[in-house]
Amino acid sequence: MPEGKVVFSRPEALEDVPTHYCPGCTHGIVHRLIAEVIDELGIREKTVGIAPVGCSVLAYHYFNFDMSEAAHGRAPAVATGIKRVRPENAVFTYQGDGDLAAIGTAEIVHAANRGENITTIFINNATFGMTGGQMAPTTLPGQVTTSTPTGRDVKLAGYPLKVAELIAETTGAAYVVRRTATQPKYIRSCKKAIKTAFMTQLADLGFSIVEILSTCSTNWGMSPVEALKWLEENMIPYYPLGDYKVIEEVKALK
Amino acid sequence: MARVLMKGNEAIAEAAIRAGCDAYFGYPITPQTELLEYMSKRMPELGRVFIQGESEVASINMVLGAAAAGKRAMTSSSSPGVSLKQEGISYLAGTELPAVIVNIMRGGPGLGNVQPSQSDYFQATKGGGHGDYFPIVLAPSTVQEAIDLTILAFELADKYRNPAMILGDGSIGQIMEPVELPEVEPKPPPKPWALTGCKDREKNIIRSLYLLAGPLEARNIILQKKYREIEANEQRHTEFMLGGAEIVVIAYGTAGRVAQTGITKARDEGIPAGLFRPLTLYPYPKDALSSVIEQARAFLVLEMSAGQMLEDVELVVQGRVPVEFQGWLGGRVPAPSEVLDRIRDVGEKWG
Repeated sequence: MPEGKVVFSRPEALEDVPTHYCPGCTHGIVHRLIAEVIDELGIREKTVGIAPVGCSVLAYHYFNFDMSEAAHGRAPAVATGIKRVRPENAVFTYQGDGDLAAIGTAEIVHAANRGENITTIFINNATFGMTGGQMAPTTLPGQVTTSTPTGRDVKLAGYPLKVAELIAETTGAAYVVRRTATQPKYIRSCKKAIKTAFMTQLADLGFSIVEILSTCSTNWGMSPVEALKWLEENMIPYYPLGDYKVIEEVKALK
Repeated sequence: MARVLMKGNEAIAEAAIRAGCDAYFGYPITPQTELLEYMSKRMPELGRVFIQGESEVASINMVLGAAAAGKRAMTSSSSPGVSLKQEGISYLAGTELPAVIVNIMRGGPGLGNVQPSQSDYFQATKGGGHGDYFPIVLAPSTVQEAIDLTILAFELADKYRNPAMILGDGSIGQIMEPVELPEVEPKPPPKPWALTGCKDREKNIIRSLYLLAGPLEARNIILQKKYREIEANEQRHTEFMLGGAEIVVIAYGTAGRVAQTGITKARDEGIPAGLFRPLTLYPYPKDALSSVIEQARAFLVLEMSAGQMLEDVELVVQGRVPVEFQGWLGGRVPAPSEVLDRIRDVGEKWG
């Protein structure tokens, strides 16, 4: 008998516990991708994560490494404090669009612009998930939410904020890309981006962020499959996938 | 030890450095800005961390990060800026992280002015942010005391895993005085809870979130036990001419300092006045103040506010001695003659 070979297992950086995420939510996929990357880079024992306020507020129960909470939107400031006193650690924030793109815009823009050597994984699902589906800065024009009951009227509520494009304008940012996690091909590309973002930090090259277009089937009022389709048909046209800033030193990373 | 002439803000900064402050995060605001400027020069020279944050909110959350990573961290500001820091101070208290916050108070409410004031007493001593918690609050009245209490603040913060605040005012921050800077050998306690990476141990989590009422109640009970311990162990005050005093003036910080001059003059006139000056505002020195009630004909509370510490005094007194009050508002510092006049009034009224 040939010996068995393990081809698939739970990453060590991911706890063996059920999550509270809704069926169809892409948080679970992204958590797994981060954990796989951390294992592959062999940095679990020196990683410190910052959980946001929002659906992923309990991320510290799911990741298997040191983590801190942060007040709503402040994760980049908390990460800055940790990274500056412990530059040998790998420090990342995990933030949703309410957290990062509304209340935390000052913190994320300035962390990026300082070239803070941290990594941000930014989940954009065009809604405030945990509080029950209110408008986020990233909510699309016309999108119905519990606080835009007749659809987002851009004359009243402004326009969806394009975070990757915004952060790419900061001089201190080294790696700024947008991905999604709706299909295997996108998931593979997303994982590669997360890995590059962490490698950017490990090489001390500056701020790195991966914006990930995500679904919220519960608050969007769709089945998981419908939500994936809605994302691809509506969000990707407004938020094009791609690389928004990749400095030469990052391109040279192997 | 050589005496040097130093401005209050700079003296606090140097004291923090000597106390082993690893990281400073701040934002300019008058009248505390020299503290930030001093740190911007000295911290990098020592290979320590200095960041001028994009806001008070960011700065206090950077403090939280550095504290979570097990380092001694500090921020400083003045009243409007400290209002913004309250979010972070609540999280520091909830996550039991040690940190030092300096508030060089100015006149309020709102933008107010940049003159010395004591109108943030409630905010400082009653929690200030959301939730049931207390920062430790220390109130210097001289530049030397500002140095000594800053060093103490770092020790108490670490001892109790709790935010500690230096509550000074614009006068303490701006005045220059000869001081002695002590050599300190900082001995922070082991911090096995700190976020350092989970090598050779279980992961650490820093959090204040407990979703169910039961666990959060249990968590709060633990915090309250700690506050009772702080109240039992850390009350501090100082006295001036209190022996035989029948008119007991109670004042802290700059008001306490001015009161001292007024009391000296009153004594010259034969009025038996004395000063009880709290050094800790939380925990309030209730026990010592209570023991003064018996000798007093009246208490006279003096504050550069509309009467905030007054409430703590009244809670101690509970009607056992008359409590008089005089406040100065809007950033006005009393003259010793005003204190003397008020002592005379109280002496006559309760003579």
